[in-house]
Amino acid sequence: MSNAPVNNGRRRFLTAATSVVGGVGVVGVAVPFIGSWNPSARAKAAGAPVEVNVSKIEPGQLIRAEWRGKPVYVVRRTEEVLANLSAHDDELRDPNSEVPQQPVYATNAYRSIKPEYMVALGVCTHLGCAPTYHKGDFDQHVEGVKNGFFCPCHGSKFDMAGRVFQGVPAPTNLMVPDHSFPNDDTLLIGVAEGEA
Amino acid sequence: MKKFILAVLTALPMLAIAAGPSLDLDKANNDLSDKESLKRGFESYINYCLGCHQLKYQRYNRTFADLGISDEDGKANYMYTGEKVGDHITNTMPPKEAAKWFGSTPPDLTLEARFRSPDWIYTYLRSFYVDEKRPFGVNNKVFKDVGMPHVLQNLQGVRTMDEHGNLSEATGGSMTVEEYDNFARDLTNFLEYTGEPNKLERENMGYWVIGFLFILLFFSYLLKKEYWRDVH
Amino acid sequence: MFSNLMAWIEQRLPLMDAMNKHAVQYPAPKNFNFWYVFGILASVVLVNQLLTGVWLTMNYEPSGDGAFASVEYIMRDVDYGWLLRYMHSTGASAFFVVVYMHMFRGMMYGSYQKPRELLWLFGMLIFLVLMAEAFMGYLLPWGNMSYWGAQVIISIFGAIPVIGDDLTLWIRGDYVISGATLNRFFALHVIALPLVLVVLVFLHILALHEVGSNNPDGTSIKKPKGSVPPEEQSKFTFHEQYTKKYDIVDAIPFHPYYTVKDLVAVVIFLIVFCWVMFFAPEGGGYFIEAPNFEPANGLKTPEHIAPVWYFGPFYTILRIIPDKLLGAVGMFGAIIALFMLPWFDRGTVKSLRYRCTAHTVNLIQFAICFIILGILGTKAATPLNNLIGTIASFGYFGFFVALWVYSKNEKTKPVPERVTG
Repeated sequence: MSNAPVNNGRRRFLTAATSVVGGVGVVGVAVPFIGSWNPSARAKAAGAPVEVNVSKIEPGQLIRAEWRGKPVYVVRRTEEVLANLSAHDDELRDPNSEVPQQPVYATNAYRSIKPEYMVALGVCTHLGCAPTYHKGDFDQHVEGVKNGFFCPCHGSKFDMAGRVFQGVPAPTNLMVPDHSFPNDDTLLIGVAEGEA
Repeated sequence: MKKFILAVLTALPMLAIAAGPSLDLDKANNDLSDKESLKRGFESYINYCLGCHQLKYQRYNRTFADLGISDEDGKANYMYTGEKVGDHITNTMPPKEAAKWFGSTPPDLTLEARFRSPDWIYTYLRSFYVDEKRPFGVNNKVFKDVGMPHVLQNLQGVRTMDEHGNLSEATGGSMTVEEYDNFARDLTNFLEYTGEPNKLERENMGYWVIGFLFILLFFSYLLKKEYWRDVH
Repeated sequence: MFSNLMAWIEQRLPLMDAMNKHAVQYPAPKNFNFWYVFGILASVVLVNQLLTGVWLTMNYEPSGDGAFASVEYIMRDVDYGWLLRYMHSTGASAFFVVVYMHMFRGMMYGSYQKPRELLWLFGMLIFLVLMAEAFMGYLLPWGNMSYWGAQVIISIFGAIPVIGDDLTLWIRGDYVISGATLNRFFALHVIALPLVLVVLVFLHILALHEVGSNNPDGTSIKKPKGSVPPEEQSKFTFHEQYTKKYDIVDAIPFHPYYTVKDLVAVVIFLIVFCWVMFFAPEGGGYFIEAPNFEPANGLKTPEHIAPVWYFGPFYTILRIIPDKLLGAVGMFGAIIALFMLPWFDRGTVKSLRYRCTAHTVNLIQFAICFIILGILGTKAATPLNNLIGTIASFGYFGFFVALWVYSKNEKTKPVPERVTG
């Protein structure tokens, strides 16, 4: 009088086999539904790598590029700036860039491929405001440091390698995006060094 | 009642005849998997068609990827106006003035092969003939009083239509009839591709999915048989 | 632990009891044939339409300027977008295929007769909403056929005396079909009508389980309590809702017997469905019509306007009547006649197996006429086609009249006490 009078091995096997194959089918059906949430060709085209001509940047000048809807700061650092970079290491949160806020090829004292060019997202790591570039008058914020970035929202401070100072809300250094130099004059943001 | 059914059944084939195409089209016999043909068609499109007809739903880099062209080669050989590879294949012809020049704005051709059919495009490209009454001096057998000039005349040469509506052999073109047919076939092939860039992927996926469903059918049929042994 | 939780839930919301009532211990006649799979298939297609529909709205842009391009965006730029779109477009046609089969099953075996009249009415409401849903969905790709198809169908409402013109203006929200029309159709297609549809399907199934499934013999599997000796009753356990009032014979639990059987049917259906979707998604120009690959253009009518195939039968009836108002009356009459089927049929024997020969012939001629009307609906209105269409329309309506006449004093065959086979 049971609803499943015989429960022999064959029945169990076929139930299991059909369930497994059917399960594979369900996973297969899920693929297009999940896959369609990936960035579309339009989003990828809009987020394509951006080329910047760096030969026209004056020493000490900052230019902004837009990549994937975010500002990218490109600064041509002077010899003087580069020489003074390590002078304030003890005031920084992460002087040696141990937090992976930069690609491996830019994990060095200058946080860049070419020391001359700093490339970083102009997005404060605290709450996403755009830090302001202070050229020559940064000592009003950090004594003895002439150049740097000051975030007007909550007062976070970064040096000329995008490294965050201690005692400010921002937790990490500024993000360095993937970038490369296909030739001496061209900076390509969005394509990693050695790729393509 | 049976007579009625008989009458209906005899009427059915007539319906089918009434539905047939009104004009005979030549078979394009193009092959979507022939990438060389697609590349030739793409190149011809850029050189002869894009000036007036956009492909505004189709992107350069998608086309490069599907046709096996690298972005660098594509940029060097197929893109002339400084767009980015992710851009749609468009031109800069002002639509309003174009309508003045040709009588109507030249249509976008991305979906032309799905709107008309590849055979139609293939036949159309080969069916221009001299007609002095038309503004550009040509008419087309499959698209009567078309506003488009015969831009491929230097390649195909000119054809004339006799009083029975038959077209003469083309004369004075730089290509032989066979060369021009191949040219038209490549262009048709490319337009069938842009109509549905996923077509080959779709059919390929179809074999796998249906193959899988047969496996599922095998197990579920045995399962049904097994359970239904209980039912008397 | 787990069983405690289940018991806790069960006391507050008897889910397991509902499961038993509607699946594990639902008595289904054991003699269902091929024609009984289409209800399940319709549910499968409904789920497909709901899921792919939700996903399509994620990238579709309901505006006159953006709709057409956004469909091509889905077809090209969105990963698997083409697949989701073809699942939805093929599903629309598949929905009508299975629903027409499902309805014809009901007609063959008298599943609309007492006590299942309400079940039939819910089904017909589903059909009506489905047609509205399909019609509005068809406008959304904003191709030229979408545009002109909607133009023609909305104009039908203009046939209504006095208010007709104002009504069509109100439906369109503009002097022609425009972005305003598109947006309201979008809202109805993706939110309002699917909600109504799901509620109606729920009621349809509840009504079915209340009165119980019919079967190809039309013989009831519920016998008066105490009339059947225990050894002849079904050996399976059924929910007490069914057994407390009746003795159940010739029945098997829906689960697992019909779930495994329906699974086979679903897989076979999916093979056909996938074959169309992957190898002929345009359905030979009947599922996605060629003029719809050109954007909507209010100044350029396609050479040959035809409704999608599933509206064909009703469209032909509209067209063959040479009067705008009467044509619309005829078309809606064809649907109302189906609604009234339980009252046209005055017979008491359900299945065509035990009814008079005239009934079988009548059903066959109805099916043939329906198919002919459908084919004609997609063809041009030539004089010959109109003649055939007129004859087929008489066949369509004649079915109901003839049924009403002969079912009064029908010479039927003896209906077996118990189901056969």
